[in-house]
Amino acid sequence: MKTEDLIALLAHDATPVRRPALPVRLGLVALAGAVAAFVILIPWLGIRPDLAVAVTGSTYWMKTLYTLGVGVAGFALAERLSRPGAKGRIGWTLAGLFVIAILTIAVSQLMSTSPDQIRAVFMGSSWDKCPWRILVLSLPGLVVILWAMRRFAPTRPALAGAAAGLLAGGVGATVYGLHCQEVAAPFVALWYSLGMVLTAAVGAVAGSRLLRW
Amino acid sequence: MLRGLGGNAAAHAELLGVLAGYLRGFLARKMGRGAADLEDLVQESLLAIHLKRDTYDTSQPFTAWAFAIARYKLIDWYRRNKVRRTESIDEASELFAGEDTDEAAVKHDLGKLVSSLPDKQRALLEDVKIAGLSNAEAGLKAGMSEGAVKVSIHRSLQTLMRRARGED
Repeated sequence: MKTEDLIALLAHDATPVRRPALPVRLGLVALAGAVAAFVILIPWLGIRPDLAVAVTGSTYWMKTLYTLGVGVAGFALAERLSRPGAKGRIGWTLAGLFVIAILTIAVSQLMSTSPDQIRAVFMGSSWDKCPWRILVLSLPGLVVILWAMRRFAPTRPALAGAAAGLLAGGVGATVYGLHCQEVAAPFVALWYSLGMVLTAAVGAVAGSRLLRW
Repeated sequence: MLRGLGGNAAAHAELLGVLAGYLRGFLARKMGRGAADLEDLVQESLLAIHLKRDTYDTSQPFTAWAFAIARYKLIDWYRRNKVRRTESIDEASELFAGEDTDEAAVKHDLGKLVSSLPDKQRALLEDVKIAGLSNAEAGLKAGMSEGAVKVSIHRSLQTLMRRARGED
């Protein structure tokens, strides 16, 4: 086929770009992921019975703001990495800021913890379950986010997949926060982060295969 | 570009025409002038630019976006060709290696790929491309609405892009 013929052919398909804009579609699938995680959480683990009291305290919001923040950073990264030629600087900066924030809170809590309590503060009572539960709650979101991103044009598929995983992980961890009663910042900084990083790793592996075009 | 995004066919064609010249120059520098696959890759890039045009952020420079797509297609092409060569070395047969190259040329020629489409889709493409019918005229001939013609053409183009990479 001659290139002019191809161009003439493409002009026949010059419909206005009218599907919702890329960030809107990404936001919708992330929301779908949140709903899916919630629907799994209710029968599986349930919501913490003291949620009404917890939302009046600061530890609940420390966790939620951290995981939501990672989700927002993942969203910014996934949105940029879905477009050829765009840089993900805002997303990296956001992710860095939220990690620094949680580390700062964690360190300041550790400073006022007596040495024999440090292990308990780190391990809580659910350290061995927390990252896996976050991963499981995040997977449905990861699937729909990757499915949406296949229609976009990520030029670095593995990195874009990791960004999708960070977004899904942030959403999943936020929903898990409705169940989890851990209160210590070091616990959140270690195990919540690990759950979200696991999801990002799954996203990177899946992305390097699924996001090629 | 913005008029093309808005659905203005003439503006879209004009833009793609100008872009084809730039892409040819860019890809020729990277692949070596006269590379056999040069025009195939120009076409693959144009097709991807067309199909992925909703990922263009209108607040960003258009050329950076378009060339990033061409670069991606180029890297993908390198990767595929390396894989193909490795496979033929694994087969340890010079004879098959020659065959592979021919097959690859056929695989990547969009014109030849068109003939692998389902009959109805292929007929529509040929009506608008070769016979130069408008979408409405082609629809009349095939007994379809203009909208259905557009959908069919769009699907065909997506299939072509996938098959040019050797998927399916």
